[in-house]
Amino acid sequence: MSTIRCDIVSAEQEIFHGNVSMVIATGEMGELGIAPRHAPLITRLKPGQVRLKLENGDEQFFYVSGGILEVQPQVVTVLADTAMRAADLDEAAARKAKDDAERALANRSTAIEIADAQNQLAQAIAQLQALEHLRRNLKH
Amino acid sequence: MAGGREIKTKIKSVQNTRKVTRALEMVSASKIRKAQDLMKASRPYARLMRQAIGHIAHANSEYKHPFMIERSEVKRVGFVVVSTDRGLCGGLNTNLFRSLLAQIRGWQDKGVEVDMVCIGQKATSYFRRLKVNMVGSVTHLGERPQVDQLIGVIKVVLDAYTEGRIDRLSLVYNDFVNTMTQKATVDQLLPLPASDELASTHAWDYIYEPDAATVLDHVLTRYVESLVYQATLENLASEHAARMVAMKSASDNATKAIGTLTLIYNKARQAAITQEISEIVGGAAAV
Repeated sequence: MSTIRCDIVSAEQEIFHGNVSMVIATGEMGELGIAPRHAPLITRLKPGQVRLKLENGDEQFFYVSGGILEVQPQVVTVLADTAMRAADLDEAAARKAKDDAERALANRSTAIEIADAQNQLAQAIAQLQALEHLRRNLKH
Repeated sequence: MAGGREIKTKIKSVQNTRKVTRALEMVSASKIRKAQDLMKASRPYARLMRQAIGHIAHANSEYKHPFMIERSEVKRVGFVVVSTDRGLCGGLNTNLFRSLLAQIRGWQDKGVEVDMVCIGQKATSYFRRLKVNMVGSVTHLGERPQVDQLIGVIKVVLDAYTEGRIDRLSLVYNDFVNTMTQKATVDQLLPLPASDELASTHAWDYIYEPDAATVLDHVLTRYVESLVYQATLENLASEHAARMVAMKSASDNATKAIGTLTLIYNKARQAAITQEISEIVGGAAAV
């Protein structure tokens, strides 16, 4: 029985790799069964199961919340999403990032920060000078 | 005993400083391992993603995604800067910002404007002081950054690129080479740098489901996300490594300072005793 290499990974970890005789996944257009020698194909996955038929006839299941399925002559790759994704969720996240930037720009409390830093610097220099002074006194 | 008490206080304060730096050093030493594990765990995804993108670049598709087309005129560039949230990590952020500032100046001299997206507290507070346009920021990613924390900022810049507000996008972060070395790195994200591999000998294309535009859009977005995520993890490992080294040298310096101060203290004490004795002897002689 011919087999094909299959890799399943998510951004945070490697989930599966090895030889399988068939990969079954839920593509955006419907259920897909990928056997060896499938034509090159690339599709988005819907949330659902990825089923692998192993060489010895066993089956393995993985749940993915979305992702990409790529079929190449030698290898089937599943790039699974870990994060929950939806257009409106992404939109909200983007808006939050923009707001954060604006807020950072808005409270320009830098004058105070700089004064504070200069203060600390002056103290540190004074301490260093004192140490240096002591060291010089020590020599003679 | 002149200055004896002052020197003692000074020794105490340096000792306390050393306690803090020692503790920070050990905390970083344990965290660096976890950060490295995270980095390693996410590498397979990045590698397979790159592989898939390589395949896509070689497919003879009729559709060309905007992310893959080099634009003839560059009017505005975008930078995604990954920095740390906390300080006390030596020159890690400073070196990164310096190499980035050189780039920014280079673009500004050519009359190109700059948009920034900052990841991490340090970049956010540094770049808000400069005359650059900050369009997005995310801070406090913690010890285990997740992809969903980064989706927002990435969407901001990708949208800007798609709408033509920026014509080029780069990623700036500290590459973790090893514990002693972290390299400030500027990588071009968009347009996708042309791969130098030879084109395959025969023309082929994918079956796209549902269609090329939708799928490629999705894949390329995920690709950029994975690169930024990987950069965040590299930067995290770099942060702990840099902090460990900086705190180690701080502890060593404190030890040296304590040695010097103890010596000074002993000499002062000795001098005081000698003086006292000579005073007593002098007094006895006078009687």
